[in-house]
Amino acid sequence: MDFINRNLPYLLAGISVGGQYALIAIGYTMVYGILRLINFAHGDIFMVAALVLVYASASLPLYLSIPLTIVATVALGFLVERVAYKPLRSAPRMSVMISAIGVSYLLQNLALYVTGGLAQVVPSIPVISDTIKIGSATTKVVTVVTPILTIVLVVVLMQLINHTKIGMAMRAVADDFETSRLMGIKINSVISTTFMIGSFLAAIGALLYFTNYPSVVPTSGAMPGLKAFVAAVFGGIGSIPGAVIGAFIIGICENIIKGLGWTTFSDAFTFALLIIVLLVKPTGLFGEKATDKV
Amino acid sequence: MKKLAAVAMCAALCLASVAPVSAADNTVKIGVFEPASGDNGAGGKQETLGIQYANAETPTVEIDGVEYDVELVIVDNESSTEKAPTAASELVSQGVSIVLGSYGSGVSIAASDIFAEAGIPVVGVTCTNPQVTEGNTHYFRICFLDPFQGTVLANFASENFSATKAYVLTKLGDDYSVGLGYYFEQAFEELGGEVISDTFPEGTADFTSYITTAINEGVDVIFAPTSTEAAQLIIATAASQGVEVPLLAGDTWDSNVILNAAEGTDLSVYVTTFYQEGANEEFDTNIKAWINEDSTRLANNGGDDTVAAVTAMGYDAYYVALAALQNAGSTDAAAVNEALWTTTYTGVTGEISFESENGDANRDTAYVKVANTETAAWDFVAEQGVQ
Amino acid sequence: MSKKTNTIISAVLLLALCAFVFLLEQILPSTHIALTVLKKSCIYALVAVSMNLLNGFTGLFSLGQAGFMLIGAYTYGVLTIPVEARASVYQYYDGGLIQFSVPVIVGLLAAGVVAAIFAWLIGLPVLRLKSDYLAIATLGFAEIIRAIFQWDKLGVITNGSNLLRKFPTFNSVLFPLIVCGICIAVMVLVIHSSYGRAFRAIRDDEVAAEAMGINLAKHKRMSFCISSFFAGIGGGLLAMYQTSIQASTFKSAMTYEILLIVVIGGLGSVTGSCLASFLYIACSEWWLRFLDTETYIGSFKVPLLRSGFRKVVFAVIVMIVVLFYRKGIMGDKEFSPARVYNWWKKKRGQKDAGKEEAAK
Repeated sequence: MDFINRNLPYLLAGISVGGQYALIAIGYTMVYGILRLINFAHGDIFMVAALVLVYASASLPLYLSIPLTIVATVALGFLVERVAYKPLRSAPRMSVMISAIGVSYLLQNLALYVTGGLAQVVPSIPVISDTIKIGSATTKVVTVVTPILTIVLVVVLMQLINHTKIGMAMRAVADDFETSRLMGIKINSVISTTFMIGSFLAAIGALLYFTNYPSVVPTSGAMPGLKAFVAAVFGGIGSIPGAVIGAFIIGICENIIKGLGWTTFSDAFTFALLIIVLLVKPTGLFGEKATDKV
Repeated sequence: MKKLAAVAMCAALCLASVAPVSAADNTVKIGVFEPASGDNGAGGKQETLGIQYANAETPTVEIDGVEYDVELVIVDNESSTEKAPTAASELVSQGVSIVLGSYGSGVSIAASDIFAEAGIPVVGVTCTNPQVTEGNTHYFRICFLDPFQGTVLANFASENFSATKAYVLTKLGDDYSVGLGYYFEQAFEELGGEVISDTFPEGTADFTSYITTAINEGVDVIFAPTSTEAAQLIIATAASQGVEVPLLAGDTWDSNVILNAAEGTDLSVYVTTFYQEGANEEFDTNIKAWINEDSTRLANNGGDDTVAAVTAMGYDAYYVALAALQNAGSTDAAAVNEALWTTTYTGVTGEISFESENGDANRDTAYVKVANTETAAWDFVAEQGVQ
Repeated sequence: MSKKTNTIISAVLLLALCAFVFLLEQILPSTHIALTVLKKSCIYALVAVSMNLLNGFTGLFSLGQAGFMLIGAYTYGVLTIPVEARASVYQYYDGGLIQFSVPVIVGLLAAGVVAAIFAWLIGLPVLRLKSDYLAIATLGFAEIIRAIFQWDKLGVITNGSNLLRKFPTFNSVLFPLIVCGICIAVMVLVIHSSYGRAFRAIRDDEVAAEAMGINLAKHKRMSFCISSFFAGIGGGLLAMYQTSIQASTFKSAMTYEILLIVVIGGLGSVTGSCLASFLYIACSEWWLRFLDTETYIGSFKVPLLRSGFRKVVFAVIVMIVVLFYRKGIMGDKEFSPARVYNWWKKKRGQKDAGKEEAAK
C-alpha cells in the first residue's frame, strides 16, 4: 500500500500529461496520414492557443474567451495550411517539411514579439483547476478530466471518420492521394478539414495542459510537440487509437523515469524509445500497412 | 531586375552599418548588454528597466568639467552564448565607454573576451557565477557571488527551519542554477544536512514528479534556484500538490512573477536578495511612478509596479558607471577601466566598492524575504551573512 | 572559357577574398561587428556545407548537425584546456579526469574524428531509415547526445552541464577563414570524386544507383561520417568563437538554423551555402538589429519597432524565400567565373541580337 501511495502521484501525472500529448498527437498522425508531412508547426499552434487564451481572457469573460481560443486556433491551422503548405503541394516532401520548420520559427518569433519574451500566466479555468485528493495524492481535477475527455473526443472522432462522408473522403485520400483526386474528391477541402480537426484538438489539449502548467513561453509548444510526434510514430503513424495509446505510454514512462531519479534523461528517453520503435517495428504498434519508411 | 534590387539593398544595408556612426561631441555611450528574449528575457528586461530609469533620472554627467549626454546602447544577447559575441561586438562597434550586464553568467563569460580585446570595462549587474570575473581585469560586478549566496541560504535553512534534509532542484545547462545548487549543497552538507538533488532539462513544464519525489523523501526544505519561468510552474505544482515545507531560492525569485504565482496559496517562499523594497522610500515611489507612466515599461516589469531586486541593481549599476566616468575624467574606455578599481558608490542596494583582485563587489550581507501570499508582497525576514 | 582558366580565376578570386579580409582586419578595429560576423559566418558556412553534403548531395535528410557540433565542441574543449586552468574550469569536479592538453590543430582534428566515430555508430541503425523518419531519428539522437553530455556522472570529463572555457581561441578572422576554406575545399574534392558521383546517384534514385553497382549502405555511411567529421570541426571552431562551451547551446533550433541556411543557399550548391551563411548571420545578427530599438524620426515614433521585431521580420523573410524562391540563391548550381562569363556573353549576345534587329 505504501508503494502505491508513493507512486500514485507519478502515475497520475503520467496519465494526465499522456492525455494531453494524445490530443496533440492526433493532429500529427492525421496530417501525416494524408500529406506524409511532419507538421513541425503543430506544437507551436498548440502554444499559440494558450497565448490566445491569455490575451482573450484579459478582456473577455472565460465563457467567451474559451470558444474564441478554439475558433482562433482552428483558423490558424487552416491559414497555415493554405499559406505555407498548399503552394508546395507538388514540391518534394523535403520542401514542405522545411516550410513547416519555417512556420514554426515564425510562430515562435511572433509569440516572442507579442509577449515581449515574458512568460505569460494562463488564467485558471474554474472547476478543472480545483485541487482534489485521490488516495494519497493531491492533484488538480484536470488530471482526472483529461483522460476521460481525451477518450470521448477520440470516440467521436472515430465515428466521424468511419461514418460520415468527409471521414470517408479522408480515409480515401490517406489511402491513395492521386486516385481519390481522380475520383472527384476535393483534395484541398479534405486537407483543410484535417488541419482544422487537428488544430481543434490541439486547442483542447492546450486548455487542459496549461491548466496543469499555467505558464506559457514561445518555446512551450516545442517539446510537447516533439513528444506527441514520437507518440504518433510509436502508435503507428496514421492510426488514431495508436497515437492515443502511444501518448499515454510515453506520458507514463516519462514520469516513471523521473520518479526513478533519472531526470537528466526524461526527454532523451522519449527519443530513445522513438529510435527503438523505428528500428524494431517501424510501422508502430498499430500501423496498418508497410509504407516506404524502411 | 528583382535580383539587382535585392543586391542593391544588401549593399546599402552593408554600407549603412559599416559607416562610422558620427556621434555628437558631448555624448558618452553606455552599453547595456542584457537578454530581452530567451530563458532570461524576463529578468533581463527588469534589469534594463532599472538602467533606463536611472538614465531618465540623470541623463547627463559632468566629466572633467564638461557636460556630457549619456546615451544608452541596448542590445539583446538572447540569453544565448552563441548569440552573445555578435551582440557584444555591436556594442563595441557603437563605441561605448563602459558596458553594464548581464543577467545570467553564461552570456557574460561568452562575451567577456570581446570586451577584453576592445579594452572596454564591464560592470556585471547580477551575474553571480565566480568564473565571470576570475582572472581578468576588465569585468567587475556589483552583486554577490554564488558561493556566498549558497552558504547564506544553507545557513538560513538550517538555523530557521532546523532543516536536516533538503531537496535541491536545478536546471540542466544553466550555470547560475547549477552553480548555486552546488554551493548550497556544499554548505548544507557541511552543516550536517543531507541533500537530494535533481535536475530538470530545458523546456520542462511538468514538475509534478519532482515535487512528488521531494514529498516522498520527506525533506525539510526545497531549494530551487531557477529562472522565473520555471519558478512559476514549480510554485503552481507545489501548491496543487499541497507542499508544506518551505521553498527557498536565490535572487532570481525576487520578482513579482513569484509573488503573483504564490498569491492565494499556502506555500511559504523564501528568497535571498540584494535589495529590500521599501528600504528607500524615495527611490521606490519615483520608479513606480516612472514604470506606471508607460504601458511598455509596465509590461516589461511583468504587469505591475513591484520593484524587483534586479531593477534596483540595474539602477545602481548605472550610477556606478557614471561615478567611474567622473573618476576617470574622460570617456576613454581604458581610463574608465582603471578608474573602476577605486570607484565607490552608495546606492539603493548598499555600499558598492570593488575588491582589488577580481573586481568583485565587497558585499557581506543578503536580505532574506518571504512572500506574503495574501497581499502579494515581500515581507522582510532577516539580514543574513556568513559567519 | 577553358577549365584551366576557370580554375585559375577562381583561385585568384579566393586569394583576393583572403587579402580583402586581411585588409579589412587591418583597417577596422579588431572587435568590429563586421569581423565578428565574418568569423561566425565562416564557421556556419563550414557546417552548412557539411549538412549540404548530406542533405543536398546524398539526399539523406538528417537533422543531427547540432549534435555532432556538440561532440566536436566538447572534444576540442576537453582536450585543449591547459592543464593549469583545469582546476578552475572543473571547479565542481576537482579539476576533472583528463590532465593533459593537446595543440589546437590536433584538438580540432580530434573533434572531427570523434564526431565521425559517433556518426558511424549512430549510422549503423539509423541510416536504414528513409526521408523524414531519418530526419526525426537523427534529431532524436542529437537530443540524446545533449542529455548524455549534461549528465552529472560524466562530469569529470564533460564538466556536467557547466561551462567549459579557457581553451585556446582565435583572434584573427583569417584563422576560421583558412581552416573552413581548407575543410570546404576537401568536401568539394569529395563531391567531385567518384564517391561524390555515387552520392548524387543515390540522391537521384536509390534503386537505379544500386542497380549500377553502388553499395548503398557503404556510401550512405561514408557521406554521414564525412559530414559529421566536418560538423565536428565546425563545432570546435564555434567553441573557439564563443570562448566557452555549454551543451544547452546546441539545441535543435541550431540545426534548423543551419538547415534554413542550406535551403536559402540552395540544396546542392556549395557556394550557395557559403553565401547564404554570410547573409543569414549578417541579417539576423547585424543588419536588422536596428529593428529592435525604438526609433524616432523627428517626433514621429516608427511603429512596431521594439525588441523582438527583428526576429519576426527575419522569420518572414525566411518564409518568403522558402515559399517563393524554393531553389534558394544558387539552386543546385555553383558560382564560378566560367558561369559568370557565359552568362555575360549570353547577355551581350542577346543585346547584340537586339541591336541587329533594331538595325534591320
